[in-house]
Amino acid sequence: MSAIPFSSAAEPWILPSRGRVAMLSLIIGESAIFTIFVVAYLYYIGKSLSGPTPQQVLEIPLFNTVCLLSSSITIWLAERQIERGNMRRFTAWWALTMALGCIFIAGTAVEWHKLIYLDGLTIHTNLFGTTFYSLVGLHATHVVVGLCMLGLVLIFSLTGHVTEANSERIQVLALYWHFVDGVWVVVFTVVYILGR
Amino acid sequence: MADQTLPIGGSIDVTLARPEARTALLEWLHGWVVTVDHKRLGILYIVYGIVFLLVGGVEALAIRLQLAWPDNHFLSPELYNEMFTMHGTTMVFLVGMTIVFGFANYLVPLMIGARDMAFPRLNAFSFWMTAFGGLLLYYSFIGGFGLYGMGAAPDVGWWAYAPLTAKAFSPGHATDYWALSLIVMGFGTLGTAINVIATTLSMRCKGMTLMRMPLFVWLMLVVSALTLVTITPLTAAQIMLTIDRYLGGHFFDTQAGGSAVVWMHFFWIFGHPEVYVLVLPAFGIASEVIPVFSRKAIFGYPAMVAASVGIAFVSLGVWAHHMFTVGMTSVGNTFFVLSTMLVGIPTGIKIFNWVATVWGGKIRFKTPMLFALAFVFQFLIAGLTGIMLSVAPWDWQLHNSYFVIAHFHYVLVGAIVFNIFAGIYYWYPKATGRMLSETLGKWHFWLFLIGFHITFDTMHYVGFLGMPRSIYTYEPDRGWNHLNLIISLGGLIQGIAVLIFAWNLIHSYLRGKRAGNDPWDAWTLEWSAPSPPPAYNFATDPEVHSRRPLWDLKHPEDPDWKYE
Ligand SMILES: [Cu+2]
Repeated sequence: MSAIPFSSAAEPWILPSRGRVAMLSLIIGESAIFTIFVVAYLYYIGKSLSGPTPQQVLEIPLFNTVCLLSSSITIWLAERQIERGNMRRFTAWWALTMALGCIFIAGTAVEWHKLIYLDGLTIHTNLFGTTFYSLVGLHATHVVVGLCMLGLVLIFSLTGHVTEANSERIQVLALYWHFVDGVWVVVFTVVYILGR
Repeated sequence: MADQTLPIGGSIDVTLARPEARTALLEWLHGWVVTVDHKRLGILYIVYGIVFLLVGGVEALAIRLQLAWPDNHFLSPELYNEMFTMHGTTMVFLVGMTIVFGFANYLVPLMIGARDMAFPRLNAFSFWMTAFGGLLLYYSFIGGFGLYGMGAAPDVGWWAYAPLTAKAFSPGHATDYWALSLIVMGFGTLGTAINVIATTLSMRCKGMTLMRMPLFVWLMLVVSALTLVTITPLTAAQIMLTIDRYLGGHFFDTQAGGSAVVWMHFFWIFGHPEVYVLVLPAFGIASEVIPVFSRKAIFGYPAMVAASVGIAFVSLGVWAHHMFTVGMTSVGNTFFVLSTMLVGIPTGIKIFNWVATVWGGKIRFKTPMLFALAFVFQFLIAGLTGIMLSVAPWDWQLHNSYFVIAHFHYVLVGAIVFNIFAGIYYWYPKATGRMLSETLGKWHFWLFLIGFHITFDTMHYVGFLGMPRSIYTYEPDRGWNHLNLIISLGGLIQGIAVLIFAWNLIHSYLRGKRAGNDPWDAWTLEWSAPSPPPAYNFATDPEVHSRRPLWDLKHPEDPDWKYE
């Protein structure tokens, strides 16, 4: 468009990062999925025709929750380190984030083991079982997916393939992890506080 | 290359060994399978959609043949249920969604002056997920085991109300094919939606500010954002249904305290905005075609953008107008009556703007324009019957009658399919380098228009006379006999029109007039690229200064950017 006398060369043309836009879009979409499961959970509270009820079998997973939520802080610290190019510290914080995530999943496994074998609550037992396992399970699935991706980055990082240049992508991934942690706050409130 | 003379001595043979015809074909096919080019994927989407348009059309004709006269047994009752289920599912997911996102794929990067989508490989992945979902759904005709034995397609209606979908009432796997294929296609659609959003926000060429984007791009941005929160509730509900059917869950199991009405809510939380996911791109096509063939810039661009965003928001809060007869509270009914009526305001603004664009224009009645003009008229009527049905007492009277069928086919065919045709006639020259035949196009348009009105205008009337939807057959003394025959004949005329269209696509591809870069003297960036555009789209990155960059280029003495 050479015919147009326009001095636009002066002003820079800056667009948002496509990675961030895409991850935020994914988060909006995922939020809608969780919303449906949360609404179903809330609607079916107290509508089970038989036991066990949440009051009888659910214990508040406080340690788990603290672990998962603090992993949001450690991943944020890792993000800051990679921005500054401190790759060793980045790897350390990243590994700690993963460890906290793994503790959370292990805690869920222990909880489910107790519920299934001691209390006899399965997805088939009653409405509480159906909604509980699907909502908490949906969240746990997201944690597992997140852990797989964190693990990939950890492997690359330990073999020295992650550099400051990857900071943007790391932050996009961290966005997902923050989302998974944020969803847990909602799930925790709904399942262990409102639902009990 | 073979006949090109290169200044090289005879020692080097520049002729590539001509591959055998068989391998050449395989390589050509392989190229289409592994492609990540947005233009090729767009064409794949659209071809896939048109193939299923023919399949879904055959299903519609089978339904209409069955209903053409009373006490007919052309189809068995079981097959009839499968036909209307598959017709609805096919037309919404395999035709509407694929063609809409095919247009988005092909046009959005070209219109914003980008080289490709933001994530080309995700784009290919999304297409193949969608394609696989469609094949999975149709495989049920061969491999599905249902209530009546092998070869059972889903037969629970495209809305699949509980508890009919429970294992007890839908044994076998027919319903699972339906649920799983929609989950698979849902992920494909989600991927494409994310891709379109990232492309429009992050890949625009220099000077392409948001308020300079062509309206089609704006509408695809809005549609993709709407898709993020529309298709996902369906996926969630399908996961719940699958849990119920496979793991013995109780979400929709009324025997164990579950609720069938919850399924209705979840389904329509998806189902209503889905209509807008399909119709907004149709608005986008009309907003490109109408100005070019009226030789005027679009009237009220900012109002059009605002109305599009407004429609998307309002559409999220109206779903329960599909459920007035369920027995909600009067507060609930009133809320959904009013919110539904609210949709009429932004859509009304749009209709006024299209009319104002045509008003005083130098109209060229080419095939794309004919389809777009018919759309404006038909969409007005569809909107008016929509307002009627939004009134709860009116809906109590006409719910589940053919009036409702007539209303939503006026939207889905009269608005969406008409604009899809307009879009294909308009951009086919860009994609193939050949013009579609105007003669065949006019035959297609007039036959389709006549068939459409014979079928769907009459459907309103049998609806008033009390004919319910989804019935297998009816007794001869109901007073619907001749009307049903007329409706079926109209369907036949539409079928012939679509065959003419399909013939036009093939014939013009081989024999059509060469198009050149800009056959319509249009104004958006895609017309500055060659037809068909090369893989890299633009040789140099374009830079724009107004909403009509090609107008600026063609009229340097009176450019648009002076007035915007
Ligand atoms: Cu609706």
